[in-house]
Amino acid sequence: MDAIILQILNGLDKGSAYALIALGLTLIFGTLGVVNFAHGALFMLGAFCAVTFSRLLQVSYTFTDASRTDFLGNPLQVEVPYLYDILGESAGAAVIDWAVPISILFAIPVMLLIGVIMERGLIKHFYKRPHADQILVTFGLAIVLQEIIKYFYGANPIPTPAPDAFIGSFDFGAMIGFDAGSIVYPYWRMVYFGFAAIIIGAVFAFLRFTTFGMVVRAGMADRETVTLLGIDIDRRFTIMFGIAAAVAGLAGVMYTPINSPNYHMGMDFLVLSFVVVVVGGMGSLPGAVLAGFLLGIIEAFASMPEVLDVLPGINQIIIYLVAIIVLLTRPRGLMGRKGVMED
Amino acid sequence: MTDQATDGFVPTQSKSKGASAGGALGLGKKDLRLFLLVVAMCAFAPFILNPFPEGSGLAQFNAGYPDLMQRFVIFGIFAIGFNILFGLTGYLSFGHAAFLGVGSYAGIWMMKLLTLNVIPAIIGSIVVAGLFAAIVGFISLRRSGIYFSILTLAFAMMSFALAYSVLTPLTGGETGMQLQYFDPRILDAPLPEGQTPRASLFGLEMAASYELEVGRWLFTFNAGYYIAAIAMLIAFYGSIRLFNSPFGMMLRAVKSNQNRLSYTGISPKPYTLAAFIISGMYAGLAGGLLVAMDTQVGAERMFWTASGEVVLMTILGGAGTLIGPVLGAGFIKYFENIVSKINKSVLEGWFAWMPDWMTDVTVTIIYPFVGKGWHLTLGILFMAVVIFLPGGLVQGGQKLATVLRRDRKSKDAERDAAIQRQAGE
Repeated sequence: MDAIILQILNGLDKGSAYALIALGLTLIFGTLGVVNFAHGALFMLGAFCAVTFSRLLQVSYTFTDASRTDFLGNPLQVEVPYLYDILGESAGAAVIDWAVPISILFAIPVMLLIGVIMERGLIKHFYKRPHADQILVTFGLAIVLQEIIKYFYGANPIPTPAPDAFIGSFDFGAMIGFDAGSIVYPYWRMVYFGFAAIIIGAVFAFLRFTTFGMVVRAGMADRETVTLLGIDIDRRFTIMFGIAAAVAGLAGVMYTPINSPNYHMGMDFLVLSFVVVVVGGMGSLPGAVLAGFLLGIIEAFASMPEVLDVLPGINQIIIYLVAIIVLLTRPRGLMGRKGVMED
Repeated sequence: MTDQATDGFVPTQSKSKGASAGGALGLGKKDLRLFLLVVAMCAFAPFILNPFPEGSGLAQFNAGYPDLMQRFVIFGIFAIGFNILFGLTGYLSFGHAAFLGVGSYAGIWMMKLLTLNVIPAIIGSIVVAGLFAAIVGFISLRRSGIYFSILTLAFAMMSFALAYSVLTPLTGGETGMQLQYFDPRILDAPLPEGQTPRASLFGLEMAASYELEVGRWLFTFNAGYYIAAIAMLIAFYGSIRLFNSPFGMMLRAVKSNQNRLSYTGISPKPYTLAAFIISGMYAGLAGGLLVAMDTQVGAERMFWTASGEVVLMTILGGAGTLIGPVLGAGFIKYFENIVSKINKSVLEGWFAWMPDWMTDVTVTIIYPFVGKGWHLTLGILFMAVVIFLPGGLVQGGQKLATVLRRDRKSKDAERDAAIQRQAGE
């Protein structure tokens, strides 16, 4: 029993990332009808927003402290972030420590802007082109984005730690009455799951309970009629693209402490996220979220040593295997709507 | 795929009107000319690709060394095969590298178990890749559009993951597979201990080269290259025949309107499956040739980026055209091997004639796009092609030709008009 709970928890954080990226992909597909292969790159850009922000916070100057010496006897060179001077030493250190969560505030406007620019500048011209062309041009864009990041940040992963308060794990098993040490779970992964749940809830609430969301849903169902009613649906869809980009970006920001960001992390996630979207059903938002968590958890179960003993290597292929089975038995995916991407 | 019915159709010039009249080898006049051109290019590639004398500053743009020339033709085969599927039927496979990889593994096992002769290895590669494609195609082709792309991608990634982990006894896992002197080659005499096995064709080693020095130029004629080139020419010939055949027409019908095809009472499935298998066999041939040239395989050959690369090649050159994929393959491999070698000092050398500050500025601007950053250039180029030239380089060439011709025509027309005016006066 405890092993099962542990694997479910293990699946949640990866599943959260899959669900967030897949949610964004589905939003873009459902509104604009575009298959966005650059969505993984947006995830990656979000992660690098966090890197950039924490580097900005740590911009520092050096001065020579004559009263102290280093081990060679020279006067000590002290590096002090400008932030210490602005906020005072303890507050400054706290802000730097909390760089990753704070960079959410930085990432939202940046990612919204990137999303809107991307839609207006490029994707707009591809609505009438075949899906294959959309895939290809966004694939090209993804290559360009990741090469730009590689140029500025190098090819190596950049460790970006979580705040000190969240480093370490807590004994989840002891809390719910199992033996101590049976279910140990890192704090940050719990935070990540909670964060993902909030974002997903926020997106659904936004679509469900606001007028803007209602119009967008109407536009997804029947774009032409909405346009005939005199609503500028294109502008709203552009904003939705921005929101989808921001969702992917935030997923990336919060993922940095789990996995040090590197320039190709987006592509690694993208392939799996597409599988997730297809399994969930193209164009179905709940399907994307459900499939994201489901595949994350299944992957976690497949990585159990007991399973690996019986079926070696199954953890590497399980997601694809599930995808193939789902696509062949339920061609529209788990919760796919009729008439989406069909011939 | 319905969208493609209306505006995704890339016109192909390959269906020549006089397919039966004139021309040899069962080719139309136009196709024959194209084919002979490709034959000539392959035969004289060591000259064409080495235009700069040895030791000059531009010598690094020479692509006439065996390893790269082999890659040109082998990836040309790969792209030709991909084009048979994507260019004709419009099914975008994102997992084509799996067939190349499977073919490579089959090839190396033939060379390990049977003989160092490359012929059984290549045949084995084609057969095994074809069988694998039959299985994958049978399942994947039940869906179309993005679902098909994802299914093929899933199969390819599964093959990669399996080759990398579980199937290590068969594939060598992370280290890959190499030939060893102690392999049980049942048709060959055992090799002396410690000798590296080399692939050969009835005793002619793949690595054997004849070097010709003409003045300051050095041309290398490599046995492996010519064997791969002959394979490429056969593959190319096959693709021309296939494009012009009734079967090719059926495949184009699948691309332009599958519904209409079904209403006529024809099931598209056997045709698409056949195209998928043929395309897989082409990939297998390419994989077998790769093994024949460098006698090693690694699982990364099947990673999805490798599948993405063949998509890039085909689109960049021109999907649905005959010569496009070959051009695209050559283009990308040239970039990968030559442009990636340009480093900062080389750039500084080129622009040394400028004033110092201008050299610095120019080098700083260009540097991100060459050397290690060549992928950036490739990505930008690829995007530009998809946006502005959906027909790839071939369409670009045609457009250019049309513009030039129109220019000449309009000049003629002006002259005619002028003459008439004079006559009227």
